[in-house]
Amino acid sequence: MLTAALRKEMLLQWRTRAQMMAVFVFGAAALLLFSFAVGPVAEALRLYSAGFLWLGLLLSSTLTLAESYHAEMENRALEGLLLLPANPRALYYGKAIANWIQLVILGMALVPVMVILYDAGTMRIPELFVVVALGAAGLSAPGTLYAAMTAQVRSKQTLLPLLLFPLIVPALLASVKATSLIILGDPMGQLKSWISLLIAFDAIYWSLCGLLFGRVVEE
Amino acid sequence: MTEVAMTPTQTRSNLGRAIAIALLCIAVYIGLVVTLADEYLHADLSLGLPLAVRTLIAVFGGLIGAIIFLAGDDLGGSLSNVKLLFGIAVCFLVLGTYFGLFVAPPERFMGEVQRIMYVHVPTAWNGLLALTFAFACAILFLFKGDWKWDALMEGSIEVGVVLGFLLCCQGAIWAKPTWGVWWDWDPRLTTTAVLIFAFLGILALRKFVDDPVKRGIWSSVATIIAYVDVPIVYFSVRWWNSLHQLQSNPNTVSEPFWIPLRANAFGILFLMTAFILLRARVSKLRLENELAPPPLLEAELGEAV
Amino acid sequence: MGAILIEAENLARRYGRRWALADVSFTVRSGSVVMVAGRNGSGKSTLFRVLSTAIRPDRGRAMINGFDLLRDREDIRRMMALLSHQSYLYESLTARENLSVAADHLGRSRNGVMALLERVALANRADDPVSTFSAGMRKRLSFARVLLQEPTLVLFDEPYGQLDPEGFMLVDDVVRELKAQGTTVMIATHQLERGVGLADEAILLEAGRVMWAGRASEVMEHETQIADRRARSAGREPGVAC
Repeated sequence: MLTAALRKEMLLQWRTRAQMMAVFVFGAAALLLFSFAVGPVAEALRLYSAGFLWLGLLLSSTLTLAESYHAEMENRALEGLLLLPANPRALYYGKAIANWIQLVILGMALVPVMVILYDAGTMRIPELFVVVALGAAGLSAPGTLYAAMTAQVRSKQTLLPLLLFPLIVPALLASVKATSLIILGDPMGQLKSWISLLIAFDAIYWSLCGLLFGRVVEE
Repeated sequence: MTEVAMTPTQTRSNLGRAIAIALLCIAVYIGLVVTLADEYLHADLSLGLPLAVRTLIAVFGGLIGAIIFLAGDDLGGSLSNVKLLFGIAVCFLVLGTYFGLFVAPPERFMGEVQRIMYVHVPTAWNGLLALTFAFACAILFLFKGDWKWDALMEGSIEVGVVLGFLLCCQGAIWAKPTWGVWWDWDPRLTTTAVLIFAFLGILALRKFVDDPVKRGIWSSVATIIAYVDVPIVYFSVRWWNSLHQLQSNPNTVSEPFWIPLRANAFGILFLMTAFILLRARVSKLRLENELAPPPLLEAELGEAV
Repeated sequence: MGAILIEAENLARRYGRRWALADVSFTVRSGSVVMVAGRNGSGKSTLFRVLSTAIRPDRGRAMINGFDLLRDREDIRRMMALLSHQSYLYESLTARENLSVAADHLGRSRNGVMALLERVALANRADDPVSTFSAGMRKRLSFARVLLQEPTLVLFDEPYGQLDPEGFMLVDDVVRELKAQGTTVMIATHQLERGVGLADEAILLEAGRVMWAGRASEVMEHETQIADRRARSAGREPGVAC
C-alpha cells in the first residue's frame, strides 16, 4: 500500500517538476532579500546564514505543501482513492515522504546559494545533509496533515502558515542551531543534542500525524 | 455523530455539583484557612498533615472541583453553576488582592514590582490548565463524538488564549523593571507566546470551516497536535536560551506570600471555569442552531406517495 | 433474482439547513439493475454518495451485503464502485497512469489497464495527460476506473452525462455485461427512456424522498402522475416546495 502511494506521489511530483523549480527560485530570492535586512556586513551575514537558510526553506515549504494537495482536490482524486479502498495511513505517509524528499532537495539546493551570498562555506557536508533531512522531516509531517485540512477550506493560503509556523518552532530552532554550529564551528560539542531534539520531534510528529490523518480526510 | 446528543441528566449533575462543592470546601479550608490560622492566629489547625500533603490536597481539591463543574455541566439554560463559580471567584480575588497589595511585605530584592507575581503565577497555572482541558476535550470529542466536548473545547481554547495573552503582558511588565527589557526570551514566556499563536490558529481554523462535523474533528486534531508541542517548545527554548530560573511555586517563596498566591490561584481557577462554561454555552447554542434538523417536507409531497 | 443486497432504512442526509435526503428506505436485490430517477436536486447523487460511504448519513441505517454502512466501511468499499460526477482523476497524469495508480492501490497488476482502455475506446489516447481530455473522454476513463475495481455493486451517477451516442451504447453494453456477470447495478439518471430499457426495478426520488418504487416498466406512468400532481400542488400552494 505504501509503495503504491509513494509511486503515485513521485509520478505526480515528476509531472509538476517545473513548479519545484519555481519554488527554488522563490527560496533563493528570499535568501537574497534577507541579506538586505542585515546590510552588506559579511560577518553578520555569515552569523545569521543558518537562520536565513531555514526561514527561506520554511517559506518555500508552505508553497510545496499546499501544492501537494492541489492535484488531490481538483477532481476529488483523494476521495476516489479512499473509496477503492486505499488505506488513509498509507496515503498520508506516501505524501509526507514525497513532501519530505522535495524539501530535502530544495534545502540542499538552497545551501550553495547561502554559501555564495553569505560566505557561509563548510566542509561538513554529511552533517549538513543530516540536519537538512531531519529538519525537513519536521516540516513535512505536520505540514502534510495541516495541508490536508487547509486544502479543503477557503483562504487556504493564510491558514496553513498560521497553523504550521507556531507548531514547528522547536524543529526550526533546532535546525537553525545545528546548521549554525556546523557552519560556525562547534567548540562545545552541542550539535549532537540539537540533532537528538530534531529526531525526537520527528519521531513524535511522524507517528502522531499518521494516526490522526484518517480522521481528517474521512467524513 | 451528527446527532445533537446532549440530554441532561438532572440527578447526576446535582450529585456532581454537591461533590464538587464539598471538594472545593475541603481544598479552600486546607489551602487557606489552615494557613491563615497558622500565620495570624497562631492556632494549629493543620490536622497533623505535613505541608506537602496540605498543598497537594489544596491543589487537587480545587482542580477536581473545577473539572467536575466543567465536565458535569450539561450546558443547558441554567446559569446557577456559572453564578456560583463567579461568586466564589470574586471572594477569592478580593481576598488575594487585599493580601497581595496590603498585607504581604514588599520583596527584598525586587521591591513592589514583585507583587505582580501574585497574579502572574496563578495566571500561568490556570492558562496551562485551560489548554490541558482543551486537549482532554479534543481527545474525548474524537473518541466519543459528543458535541458537548466540542463546545467545551472551543470555550477552553479561547479562555486559555486570553490567559496566555494576559500572561505575556504581565511577564513583559515584570521584565521591564527587573531586567530592563520588555521581552527576555525566557523559556516560559516564549513558550506562552508560541502557544498563543498555535491556538489562535486553531480558533481561526474553526472560523473558516462551515461544516460543524469537519470543524469539530479538525480542530480536535489540531488541538492534540498543538498541545503535544508544548513540552517540546519549552525544552527547546530552554536549551536555546538558558536563563536560569527555577519554576515558581508557593514553596519557593517565603511564607507570607502564600495566601495571596493561593487565593488568587483559586480565584482565577473559578473565574476561568465560569468563563469556559459561559463560552461553551454560547458555542453549544450556535451548534444547536447549525445542527437543528430542518423541517422535513410536508403535505403535498406526502400525498403523492 | 437473488437475495436482498441492499437494505436501506430511513437514510437521511443534510447539507446545512436542507435535507438532501429525507428518510429514504428501499431494498435492492442482488444481481438486479435498479434505476434511480428524479429531477436535478432530488437527492440521487447524495443517495449514491451515502451508499458508497463517501459521506455518512445523518440518520438511518443500511446493510449492504451484510455489511453495516456505518461500521464496515472498508468492506463496503471493497465490493462497491462509484461512478461519481467527480471524475476522481489526476489531471497531470495520463489515462494509463491514472488507471495504474488505481490498480496499485487495489493491489492488482497493471496488465489489465490497456484492455480496459480499449474497452472504453481510449486506447489511442492512453499516454496523453487527462488535462487534454474532453468531458466525455474523462467520463469514459472514469468508467474504465469503475470496471477496474471488479465490483459486485456498481453505482453509476449520471452515466450518460457528457457522452456521445456511441458512449450511450457503451454504457448500455457495460451495464448488460455487468448484469450478465451477476453484478448489481444502480443507475441514477433523469433520462428515463434510456434507463427503462436496462433496468429491472426503479425508484423515483423527489426532494430527497422515495415517491414510488416498483417495476421499471411502470416507471413512466408513475412519473407522469407525480409530475401532474406536482404541477397541480405548485399551482395551489406556491412557495411550499423547497
